[in-house]
Amino acid sequence: MSIKGKAYIAGAYEHPLRKAPDKTVAQLHYEVAMGALADAGLSKSDVDGYFCAGDAPGLGAFSMAEYMGLKLRHVDSTDTGGSAYLVHVSHAAQAIAAGKCNVALITLAGRPRSEGSSGLVPRNFGPAPDAPFELPFGSVTVNRYGVSAMRHMYQYGTTSEQLAWVKVAASQHAQHNPNAMLRDVVTVEDVLSSPMISDPLHRLDCCVVSDGGGALVVVSPEVMRSLNRPRIKLLGAGEAPKHLNGGKMDLTLSAAAWSGPTAFAEAGVKPADIKYVSIYDSFTITVVIQIEDLGFCEKGQGGRFVADGNLISGVGKLPFNTDGGGLCNNHPADRGGMTKVIEAVRQLRGEAHPAVQVKNCNLALAQGTGGSLGTRHCSATLIMERE
Amino acid sequence: MSLAYKDRKIAAPSISPDTKAFWDGCAAGKLLLKQCEKCQELHYYPRPSCPFCGHGETKWIESKGTGTIYTYSVTRRVEVPYCFAFVTLDEGVTMMTNIADCDLDSVRIGQRVRVVFKPTDGGPPVPMFTPA
Repeated sequence: MSIKGKAYIAGAYEHPLRKAPDKTVAQLHYEVAMGALADAGLSKSDVDGYFCAGDAPGLGAFSMAEYMGLKLRHVDSTDTGGSAYLVHVSHAAQAIAAGKCNVALITLAGRPRSEGSSGLVPRNFGPAPDAPFELPFGSVTVNRYGVSAMRHMYQYGTTSEQLAWVKVAASQHAQHNPNAMLRDVVTVEDVLSSPMISDPLHRLDCCVVSDGGGALVVVSPEVMRSLNRPRIKLLGAGEAPKHLNGGKMDLTLSAAAWSGPTAFAEAGVKPADIKYVSIYDSFTITVVIQIEDLGFCEKGQGGRFVADGNLISGVGKLPFNTDGGGLCNNHPADRGGMTKVIEAVRQLRGEAHPAVQVKNCNLALAQGTGGSLGTRHCSATLIMERE
Repeated sequence: MSLAYKDRKIAAPSISPDTKAFWDGCAAGKLLLKQCEKCQELHYYPRPSCPFCGHGETKWIESKGTGTIYTYSVTRRVEVPYCFAFVTLDEGVTMMTNIADCDLDSVRIGQRVRVVFKPTDGGPPVPMFTPA
């Protein structure tokens, strides 16, 4: 069974706040849920499927279902880190296609900025079997991406200047987003002269830490036809985990190399057909590696591909993250997948900021990797079409 | 540029029955790996089952403790900077570690290294590597 054409994204909402010290995480989940439902023209009582990940407080999906008063016949709390919300869109489409629900609500929210999260502090994921062999070595988010970047540079000749272009493109877009956390346009030189956090990643190679959240509403074709919103149809999806494989691994590769082809095959389209991409940009290197693995350029050529403004809307061949992405706009709950889908929906609807709106944007891809490129992650790819 | 290696406080790793021999080995100055009893593949981190063929019996073997730096990242914006790294052992498995006892700014991918054991806070020492 394919999800192609079986479900639509009817609602999308990004919380406008980037710092929310006076709101609880549950409250933020509620606010984004109501925002996405209002965007779709639906109400809480229409929801019969609910999806959330590890950022939702409490046990699985039940605590938030109770808090919001949802009456459900389908729940899914799959957690793949920051890519979970792309996985949820795919799982929601599967559930809708199987008749398990008609209106699926997906929420994400968190307050890492108010709570003092940092890419230099170990995050405790419980008694994982790998932990005793990793925590003693100071394995933290930023160096787990640093090692992938260093190997990519060694193997393919990628440079810090090329990585910096990813941030430059994001900042060009963020200047038009009034809610973006960082709205100043930066240059390659600005990135290279920012402090080195963990080789070869400078401060401006890293995404922001922000509070907030987002939500999506995925619906059946019947429900979509009853709504007065542009029809954003799901064409294909892929998901795949990658890990250290018993000590035999390639850290220049992401699992997008597997989730991407699955999604393209289901959608029946090629990378060259895609008009806009949202790519999870936890760090600049994350974008370069995923662009290669999705087939937008040859493996190892990602650095050259992103250079000279090739990701800037209206300038380059592959406009990306036109909201400013995680590098400049928003990275709520330290999980970047949700905002990737939201901006892809804006582009397909023609509702992105006019300065960054891609012309005739009828086909878009959203891509995320949750976890870390340098250890273990789960990649998720979504391909969507404006009907 | 140069950045001298400095010891930092390392929390003791948690030890389980299936990894106790590994940590006892570190205390005795030996780096142990696991090998599948069936397909003979080596793996790291050590497990009682083989992640390649799925067989449920594995045995300990001693590594020569020498290898090559596969990749690294010097983490700088912290109290005591350190070199986070992956080393490919001559036996063919790659392990997460730190590079120690050298100028951290001189570390390079492809560099030959040998194992050294560094103390932890109340637990067994952990395997790091230093230029050979």
